[in-house]
Amino acid sequence: MHNIKTVGVAGSGTMGAGIAIVAARAGFKTIVFDTQQAALDRARKQTEGFFAKSVERKKLTQPDVDKIMAGLSGTTRIEDLASCDIVIEAVFENLKVKHDLLAQLNKACKPETIFASNTSTLSITEIAAGSGRDEKFVGMHFCLPAQLMKLIEMSPGLRTSDDTFQTAWDFAKAMGQIPVKTKDNPGFILNYFLVPFNNDAIRLVEAGVAAPADIDRAIKTGLGYPMGPLELLDLVGLDTHLLVAEALYSSTHEPRAAVPALVKRMIAAGQLGRKTGRGFYSYKTNAMFGG
Amino acid sequence: MTYSIINTGNSNGFEDDHALLKNAARNDDAVVILGAESGKAFRELRDAATKTAVLIELNGECLGVHTGESRGTEGGNVLGFARFRLGTAAPTNLVELVRQPRTSDTALAVAKSIFENAGLQVAACGDFSGRIIDRLVRPYYNAALTRLDEGLATADDLDTTLKLGLGYPEGPISLLERTGLAYHFEVTEELFEAYGDAAYAPSRRARVAHARAVAQQQSQSDALFPIPPGNGD
Repeated sequence: MHNIKTVGVAGSGTMGAGIAIVAARAGFKTIVFDTQQAALDRARKQTEGFFAKSVERKKLTQPDVDKIMAGLSGTTRIEDLASCDIVIEAVFENLKVKHDLLAQLNKACKPETIFASNTSTLSITEIAAGSGRDEKFVGMHFCLPAQLMKLIEMSPGLRTSDDTFQTAWDFAKAMGQIPVKTKDNPGFILNYFLVPFNNDAIRLVEAGVAAPADIDRAIKTGLGYPMGPLELLDLVGLDTHLLVAEALYSSTHEPRAAVPALVKRMIAAGQLGRKTGRGFYSYKTNAMFGG
Repeated sequence: MTYSIINTGNSNGFEDDHALLKNAARNDDAVVILGAESGKAFRELRDAATKTAVLIELNGECLGVHTGESRGTEGGNVLGFARFRLGTAAPTNLVELVRQPRTSDTALAVAKSIFENAGLQVAACGDFSGRIIDRLVRPYYNAALTRLDEGLATADDLDTTLKLGLGYPEGPISLLERTGLAYHFEVTEELFEAYGDAAYAPSRRARVAHARAVAQQQSQSDALFPIPPGNGD
């Protein structure tokens, strides 16, 4: 059984803000750290907006939200994470950036604090090696959008202790999430399968096998997937796909993980997907999907 | 647009009571050829050139096997089609409609309207092995089977992750169990032969399932037709 009461989240971007919502909503005292006050303010505003919708949809009451928000704070001082029982990092997918952060966290936090990484592509063991406490390090990959998706891919590094993994596993369940255990492999499960699949779909377009709309229709109608791969890529953004795919390819050197040339050409042309109004499809607005 | 049906029997995608067959007329502008012998029926069709569209039901083969190919300029009023199904699962509502480089837009539009009027969704594609879905999903299924062997996660966790994380209706392992691992072997062997791409090479688990199915068939055959003692030694 875990003994976690206070949760730290390092990084207040889309993932960090979503993770903080999950933890705070489950009743944990949650402290979000970011070096930029503006980023914290933006995350706070997004969080308030999210909970306002929850009230509107009668998933939560206003008193519920008031209680949750009272337990959720932001800080630009890393020392404020000293009392945390677990700190989940959700910063840029770069090993050096993560190591720099973890070195500071290692100094700031008590020795028994567990560190977790929300990385989707980097090795947990490699990140843990720069944490100063690799036995107390675990992978916890939340899915986007974290505040809505229940799944967490949980990965022990080579030196993660059984006790650390079990504590983090129990904590994930206590947050109302569904943890699944994966090995510390590049891309874990989701990205390991999704990125090459999406690359293959791009290659079909590249080779003139079928138009994007035909590919998406085939996948949705034939397999019952909620979105076709090219619609999904437009939603995620081709620039983001490039980063994830390059990280996966650099770790695996698997040909299907290699980014098709068309992606780079589309990025050069400013066709990143929904956010630029044009990707594999054209869009009249850049409103978020489902908004 | 009216069309007639030539049904050679044993269609992979259409039962006799499907709307595609019910909507057919006698006086026709187009012809839909169904069944296992559709290629033969096409070769025997005398007035194919007078039709707006001639549609041939395909199995795994390319349309060019029936029409011939010529320097990348092939195509006219003949299209191929296959109603998509995964192995032994029921046919889906999807028709993969196969065109060639110079297939006429009119024939393509007629073909689409025939299938859509029968309540089906159409995805048009070029004349390549595996068409759209098999070409995309078979490497993914192979990877899932290989990663299961390598202990990335349990079968249940692989399925759960891909269902919850991506909204897929079914995980790859349970899907392959339901639709046939031996069938997956047959499809991937054909695609591997066509493309020479290692991503299509049948995975170990599919190979084992196929070998086991063959052995079981052989056992049943031996039980029905036992070899008399003394023969075959």
